[in-house]
Amino acid sequence: MDLFEYQGKQYFARWDIPVSKGGVADTVDEAVTQAEAAGYPVVVKAQVQVGGRGKAGGIKLAADADEVRTHAGNILGMDIKGHVVKRLWIEHASDIAKEYYASFTLDRAAKMHLAMVSAEGGVEIESVAETNPEAIAKLHIDPVDGLDLAAARKLVEDANLDPEARDGAADILVKLYKCFVEGDADLVEINPLILTPEGKVHALDAKVTLDDSASFRHPEWDEFRGLEVMDPRDALAKSKGLQYVGLDGYVGIIANGAGLGMSTCDVVKQVGGEPANFLDIGGGANAEVMANALEVINTDEKVKAIFINIFGGITRGEDVANGIVTALGRVDIKSPIVIRLDGTNAEQGRAILAEHESDRLISLPTMIEAAQKATELAGGNVTAAGGGKVTAAGGGNVTPAGGKK
Amino acid sequence: MSIFVDEKTKVVIQGLSPSAGNQAAYHGLRNKAYGTQVVAGTNPGRAGQDVEGIPLFASVADAVKETGATASFISVGPTAAPSAILEAAEAGIEFIVCITEFIPAQDEARVFNTLRRSFPATRLLGPNCPGIISPGKCNIGITSGDIAKAGGPVGLVSRSGTVFYQALYELTQKGIGQTTGVGIGGDPVPGTTFIDCLAAFEADPETKAVLMIGEIGGSEEERAADFIAKEMSKPVVCYIAGVTAPPGKKMGHAGAIISGSQGTAKAKMDALSAAGAQVALNPTEAGEIMAGLVEKL
Repeated sequence: MDLFEYQGKQYFARWDIPVSKGGVADTVDEAVTQAEAAGYPVVVKAQVQVGGRGKAGGIKLAADADEVRTHAGNILGMDIKGHVVKRLWIEHASDIAKEYYASFTLDRAAKMHLAMVSAEGGVEIESVAETNPEAIAKLHIDPVDGLDLAAARKLVEDANLDPEARDGAADILVKLYKCFVEGDADLVEINPLILTPEGKVHALDAKVTLDDSASFRHPEWDEFRGLEVMDPRDALAKSKGLQYVGLDGYVGIIANGAGLGMSTCDVVKQVGGEPANFLDIGGGANAEVMANALEVINTDEKVKAIFINIFGGITRGEDVANGIVTALGRVDIKSPIVIRLDGTNAEQGRAILAEHESDRLISLPTMIEAAQKATELAGGNVTAAGGGKVTAAGGGNVTPAGGKK
Repeated sequence: MSIFVDEKTKVVIQGLSPSAGNQAAYHGLRNKAYGTQVVAGTNPGRAGQDVEGIPLFASVADAVKETGATASFISVGPTAAPSAILEAAEAGIEFIVCITEFIPAQDEARVFNTLRRSFPATRLLGPNCPGIISPGKCNIGITSGDIAKAGGPVGLVSRSGTVFYQALYELTQKGIGQTTGVGIGGDPVPGTTFIDCLAAFEADPETKAVLMIGEIGGSEEERAADFIAKEMSKPVVCYIAGVTAPPGKKMGHAGAIISGSQGTAKAKMDALSAAGAQVALNPTEAGEIMAGLVEKL
């Protein structure tokens, strides 16, 4: 889960990371109230989860209440790269002497935590990495050891932060690392981390991505939810605990496992169809989960046929088959269903399905045949895929066969 | 031969219970029925009892002492799994299979680095993986044993679980056996990587070719490509799931996301192709390319 800037700052504050005084506003009047509380001058900041807010006019300085009214009125409702601004963060404006960068994330290659600190903050770190990579000091941290003040201090020296900023920055790094670990974040980033003319260091922005797998031990995360802008299909899928990603095509897809889900989309595209979605019902899927998945797909008007692709490991064939039969009794499924079932207890599953087969429920033995049938039923133009019975294998060929890219 | 596990591997099932709905029992008994030497289970409240003939012990240490178990199978939930992994390592288990999904990344990183530092002789497979199968010898995890075929000559390694089954099945359908199939899992900090498996297959005399199944996200496949170019003498066939995946969307689990220009299937396929691997566009095609290769062996 990605946090908005104001949520990130609220999260930072729990670990005593200094942030500017400020508050949230959803209306122009609230913006003025928050500005009065923070003290002028203030910065009016659009709360959207997309880069380039400043350039788009979503961040403005205001010296008094009139200016807050003008800017807040302009920014609320503004469309920034497809994100409509519904909320503002109003904070006391800081005088800036220097802008730095600091972040912690997991380096998957090294399998350790990675700290990155740079004296060149305020710009995208990716561009610093490209143009001036030696300006970024990196440190791998063994999660068993953690980060102590001495290591943090060395890191800010390596990054060439100004001497008067080093104590404050090292202190913030230790706190930010605690926030990263105890706060179960995948990423914490401060850009810019600023030095004021008075010699104080604090976070002027906050980027936090939380690890959804850790939500069981963070009941406080509930308050961060609810503001995510979601497609209604995504919202329904999420409420049912399904992994769903809406796409633009017309073949609805249900698969077990992320890899097979992606693979199913690939094959549908390769035989000339267009996947309407990616939907992973996960391991341990039962009748209830399958019925839920069909209900979600059923709400998508674009879907003209449904392809259910199950290879059972933890998911048992009879559960899948019972799920489909239950769902058919429960919901009026608008589109024909093509199912390909293999793996654990596939025989039992196919036997259950056989009793219900019709031109609305077709069972086929291979992934490619099933993808072709679903595409055909959806009115698409079926072409051959590499690896199908029609063409020979195209070894080493990296351009997708068949499908339009 | 096979890699990591074989007919001599003795397995302890952690969290085994006779209670209805116990996942450890469901999969553990299937593994046993396959022929795997399942020698023990752990269940602190039921030590001294048994589950269909599998004796239960209070701890992994007790199970190791009494039965000589060398491998463990963990299917407990994400809150209990990290300590279960460490318990197995402390008891001297050499090979731990953890299929548990949704373990927080911070816990995974801490557990992995604890193993790396304090228990270098222990290999962790997973978390969030289907397990491992050396056909005809040993099956630990949730793979349906009847989709695999004994006798080699192909080694299989996959990040995705269900595409792992699909790939095993494609090979078996074509009459191609496997030395070992390893599902490494798609989590942020996998205990065992593509490179670990490629190196083991390269060293295994009975493995003549390797089928590698990757997916979008991260850069494990690119690192594997580098290894293939430099270290592999045996032919490698690859398939990367997610050619059609849109950027910025998490496809099911944390590992599978394209961020910016990083982690696309195209980049991985190009890297693997440049490293000399043959790249297929779907699992069926991967099986066909492998069949062509095996024919010429």
